[in-house]
Amino acid sequence: MIAVYLILLVPLVGIVFLALQKNNDKSRRFNVIFNAATLVCSVWLAIEVLLRGPLLSSGKQLYIDSFNVYLVVLTAFVGFTTALFSGAYMEHEREVGRINLKKLRFYYAGYQSFMFTMFLVLTTNNMGILWVAMEGATLATVLLVSLYRTPEAVEAAWKYFILCGVGIAQALFGTILLYFAAEQAVEINASDALLWTTLFDRATALNPGVMSIAFVFLLIGYGTKMGLVPLHNWLPDAHSEGPTPMSAILSGLLLNDALYAVVRSKMLADHSLGTALPGFLMMGFGLLSFLVAALLLHHQKDIKRLFSYSSIEHMGLMTFAFGIGSPWSTFAALFHMTTHSLTKSAIFVTVGHASQLAGTQRMDKIRGLINTQPTIGWGLLIGTLAIAGFPPFGVFASEFLILVATMHDYPWLTPLLLIGVGVAFAGLFRHLQPMVFGVIPEGQQTIVANLTPVMIHLGLVLWLGLSIPSFLGNWFDQATKLIAGSMPL
Amino acid sequence: MASELSYYHQAVLLLAALITLTSFLMLGQSRLLRLVGVFAVQGLLLSASTALVAQAQGFPHLYVSALLSLVLKGLLIPVMLYRLVMRMDLHREMDTVSHPARVMIGGASLVVFSYYVCLPIVKLSPLVTLNTISVSLAVVLLGMLLMITRRHAVAQVVGFMAIENGLFFAAVVSTMGMPMVVELGIAFDVLVASVIFGVFFFQIRSSIDSLDVDRLSKLSEVEE
Repeated sequence: MIAVYLILLVPLVGIVFLALQKNNDKSRRFNVIFNAATLVCSVWLAIEVLLRGPLLSSGKQLYIDSFNVYLVVLTAFVGFTTALFSGAYMEHEREVGRINLKKLRFYYAGYQSFMFTMFLVLTTNNMGILWVAMEGATLATVLLVSLYRTPEAVEAAWKYFILCGVGIAQALFGTILLYFAAEQAVEINASDALLWTTLFDRATALNPGVMSIAFVFLLIGYGTKMGLVPLHNWLPDAHSEGPTPMSAILSGLLLNDALYAVVRSKMLADHSLGTALPGFLMMGFGLLSFLVAALLLHHQKDIKRLFSYSSIEHMGLMTFAFGIGSPWSTFAALFHMTTHSLTKSAIFVTVGHASQLAGTQRMDKIRGLINTQPTIGWGLLIGTLAIAGFPPFGVFASEFLILVATMHDYPWLTPLLLIGVGVAFAGLFRHLQPMVFGVIPEGQQTIVANLTPVMIHLGLVLWLGLSIPSFLGNWFDQATKLIAGSMPL
Repeated sequence: MASELSYYHQAVLLLAALITLTSFLMLGQSRLLRLVGVFAVQGLLLSASTALVAQAQGFPHLYVSALLSLVLKGLLIPVMLYRLVMRMDLHREMDTVSHPARVMIGGASLVVFSYYVCLPIVKLSPLVTLNTISVSLAVVLLGMLLMITRRHAVAQVVGFMAIENGLFFAAVVSTMGMPMVVELGIAFDVLVASVIFGVFFFQIRSSIDSLDVDRLSKLSEVEE
């Protein structure tokens, strides 16, 4: 249990320490150290859960089961590798004069605050605190999005703040209704009425009418945060205008955590309603996001916006898969959360280097990467191949599983999914090909790049595509059983 | 029917009506300073209704929430907005509503819609005050309408905070407040959000030289 407290405590200490640290070199190193420490704690926690099963803290406020434990490890891991990358990247940004030391200090403190809110979202057992932490994540990142102070960045941040703020307010209304439903049910203690474990145990006692309204509000609220179409408007802006390490962790982590909140709510609604309504809602929103984002990939001009739309597309696919709700599709969705998050953060790291190399984020100006600096070119190429769902990478495996699950339950929807995957593939590659292979513009110089995180991530995705390690498979099985009611096999 | 209600119920319903009224006043108010003023009044009404519920139903922890909303929504945020408006020399600025009649009719239909949405909840219990949950949803939706119809950043922030007011009111009337940790967490978030909004006013002004957010239009999917 100590591991959970440490996971929350380390980033908190990190916020204070980095906010007060005036020495830039030191903050850079300590940002990595704090993230490494949380990673170690999360692995420790994972081993504990693996050996002893779900953990509930003594005050019942924190709860770890197989569903959130792997997300905790994933969050800590991506947080750590992105911190490795962000050191060199931010140093370069400072050298070219886009930010100053004071902003850099703010950036590091913001990074740790974001990590703290992410861990709080994942580990809390209280649906109210879940909301508070989710809103906290917006607050922690919004000023980082506007860090460069360009008109575009300020606009993106304002949009992010207003749209996400209003969106997530809906989730609070949903949470209030949830609390109301719990208080109406006689056998639930008022003091435990917002605890997820209690609600889940007594879900059948919750009034279905109230629960269905509550779920709609929760889905819209957290769905905004996840970038579900038509609530996605802020996402490409916020993900593209901020510093690239922010884009990597927003796309790789925040979206997953928002989806996590939706799935937790769905589990409650499913048990209370006993109908397929929550699933259908998620399938509809998911499919719409998937298709619209795949189409929008085609007319992007900014490289980071391109990959932000790709994130929306993948989140749509996962929402759809969770919506189907069969053990197979749930397993696939959990797997896809992992592979997408690893691949997408790797891509953003490469994209960050590519745009520093070319001095712009406009795709028509980025050319001939593979000749100027082969590591970046190959990184981008392989990363995009992986995210587009090519075998043998993990994304292929998870997308294939989703397709199989769809074919089993809703065969008439499979063509739509296949078309969507094809359209997205074309959308990515028409932009990628000239960027990687095109003619080198004059005067393009190589830069100092740290591609270790990219290689680690892509290596892991490749490994996951070839075989799922047994402990991971075991977690997915347990989580699937928790969410969908039975094991996939 | 009304005469059978206790004074407590009548008072809660009256306060709910007044809170909705302030929402409508905000919708029609084009002077920024008055808008902030009306918002402060809404905060005070909110705090008063919380204190009333605390007194009548005997929930001492609600006094804390009442105090929180009094300090935060009734005093701190309005004063901060007021000072920002004065400091940025915006007090003469108007943010005219382009079609006031349509906005008002839209607002009224939102109230009806909220009653419709909350019907299954209201039916659950014979408690008359449960009707107020529809009022709180209406306040949330009216806050959204305010944000949609306005172009000035300050007016949008007021709309945002009005949404928070609606949510808070929902929590008070339907569930006698949220658990204390959650309540404190939300208050903390609102506080941080209001500080960040202040920072944003300066950032927006230095980037587009105005606070008219309609002019924030560099990022869009539409081809130029």
